[in-house]
Amino acid sequence: MINFQAIRVIYKYEMLRAWNTLLQTIASPVISTSLYFVVFGAAIGSRIQQVEGVPYAVFIVPGLVMLSLLTQSIANASFGIFFPKFTGTIYEVMSAPVSFFEIVVGYVGAAASKSLILGTIILLTANLFVDLNIAHPFIMVLFLVLTCISFALFGFIIGLWATNFEKLQLIPMLVITPLVFLGGSFYSVSMLPPVWQTVTLFNPVLYLISGFRWSFFEVADVSVAISLAMITLFLLICLALVWWMFRSGYRLKQ
Amino acid sequence: MQPIVSIQSLSKVYDSGHQALSSVDLDIDEGEILALLGPNGAGKTTLISIICGIVSSSSGAVSVAGHDIVRDYRVTRDLIGLVPQELTLGAFDTVWNTINFSRGLFGKKPDTAYLEQLLKDLSLWDKRSSELRTLSGGMKRRVLIAKALSHEPRILFLDEPTAGVDVELRQDMWKLVRRLNDSGVTIILTTHYIEEAEAIADRVGIINEGKLLLVDDKQCLMQKLGKKTLQIELKQSIDELPPELANYNLEFSQDGSRLIYTYDTDLERTGITALLQTLHEVGLSLKDLNTSQSSLEEIFVRLVNTR
Repeated sequence: MINFQAIRVIYKYEMLRAWNTLLQTIASPVISTSLYFVVFGAAIGSRIQQVEGVPYAVFIVPGLVMLSLLTQSIANASFGIFFPKFTGTIYEVMSAPVSFFEIVVGYVGAAASKSLILGTIILLTANLFVDLNIAHPFIMVLFLVLTCISFALFGFIIGLWATNFEKLQLIPMLVITPLVFLGGSFYSVSMLPPVWQTVTLFNPVLYLISGFRWSFFEVADVSVAISLAMITLFLLICLALVWWMFRSGYRLKQ
Repeated sequence: MQPIVSIQSLSKVYDSGHQALSSVDLDIDEGEILALLGPNGAGKTTLISIICGIVSSSSGAVSVAGHDIVRDYRVTRDLIGLVPQELTLGAFDTVWNTINFSRGLFGKKPDTAYLEQLLKDLSLWDKRSSELRTLSGGMKRRVLIAKALSHEPRILFLDEPTAGVDVELRQDMWKLVRRLNDSGVTIILTTHYIEEAEAIADRVGIINEGKLLLVDDKQCLMQKLGKKTLQIELKQSIDELPPELANYNLEFSQDGSRLIYTYDTDLERTGITALLQTLHEVGLSLKDLNTSQSSLEEIFVRLVNTR
């Protein structure tokens, strides 16, 4: 038996939280995406012209979307579970007839949904600046959904792990943001010196961006199958971690 | 009758090594008001938290309505409502949203009529659209109670319901607890205020340093442990106690005008008649007599200090 009501109210509560901070939720990604377009697309794009046959301003769109998806999925999900822990209201969830599965579906589902909406908004915004053609819409959506879910899960893990606000920011700032910027969001790996090309292959985010970009332009740094395998692997690792955390009551139960 | 909550040799050692509970056994009957009385840090909150599923136990077992709280947690938690000690509430939610959230969390379908009545009973209906952060402390406490009752539990745990609450609000809280109890809800409350246990509980459990020292009907407890004192005021002061009175263990005030006799109401012979007789025989005349019974507070202090 699954407590659907619990999933419903957690999901609704989390979505409502975004609705109440609508300006922050929608305006900030739209503004930052526009800024990236102005700075990268106009300033740098006027010098680079084309990357692998794609105009530079268009080429950076998938990277931009991924940049926001990754950071926002993590931010949303980590805050969603960290805040009740911080204020103490988590007691209610813990004393309710709710399984770990239902808690995860509620919180992570809401965070992933928000990211998905955000990704769509960014794509629409980008479409105002450049002409976007999506070669493989189905694969594109698949990447979008998988990324939102896995990184929302990852954020959820961070939120469970964090014991203060500093820790909450630590991994997104020191790990995720550098990985995204160095993962070929704004360039093709082939533009790097050979040594750095090899180093970049150890960056998991590269596979994400490459695969996602392939779904738009059929241009990729690594094969799309490897990209899909990598994101699936990451999803499985996160699922296993969450399962273990709840199983052991990690940072929730004393 | 099967107890609604049955706790068997429950122990809890925190990761820090602190032994919060040691081998607690307790049966709670359906429909009663049980007060768990103890100083801060006695283990009251830990005990409640384990039953509600917030803290896991180190050893021992708890069953609610015959179901194990770990294996059948969905059944047991469904029966339980918890009002925490701290005023832990979101800041920006409205009263109405937060109680609907609570009800859903416990797997119950939305029921506007029930929740409306609940808010009216708790005098919160006017505040249903207010954000929680705008409410006073007393109202927040009632919102927490509304949340705990939103899924129609049969057992309500109140952790320090009147901590930091003024006298008038405390009276209201007691009335509310009695009303809930009259409607059939079993109530377990923790408190470190003796008056509170004395005022509303049917049974009192005294807990200190993780041990349940005793549980008994409040009346029995006071009778069993309650010593009565008889104060005898004399017409004329005396300098020393007549030897005939030596057997009565009398205390005797400094100015020699008052004698204090301590006796046990439970005994067949309280010794009062004999004492009065002796007083008469030695020729002391009495001005006034006064008896008093020790309060729960004195019992409590005695228990906590002697064990």
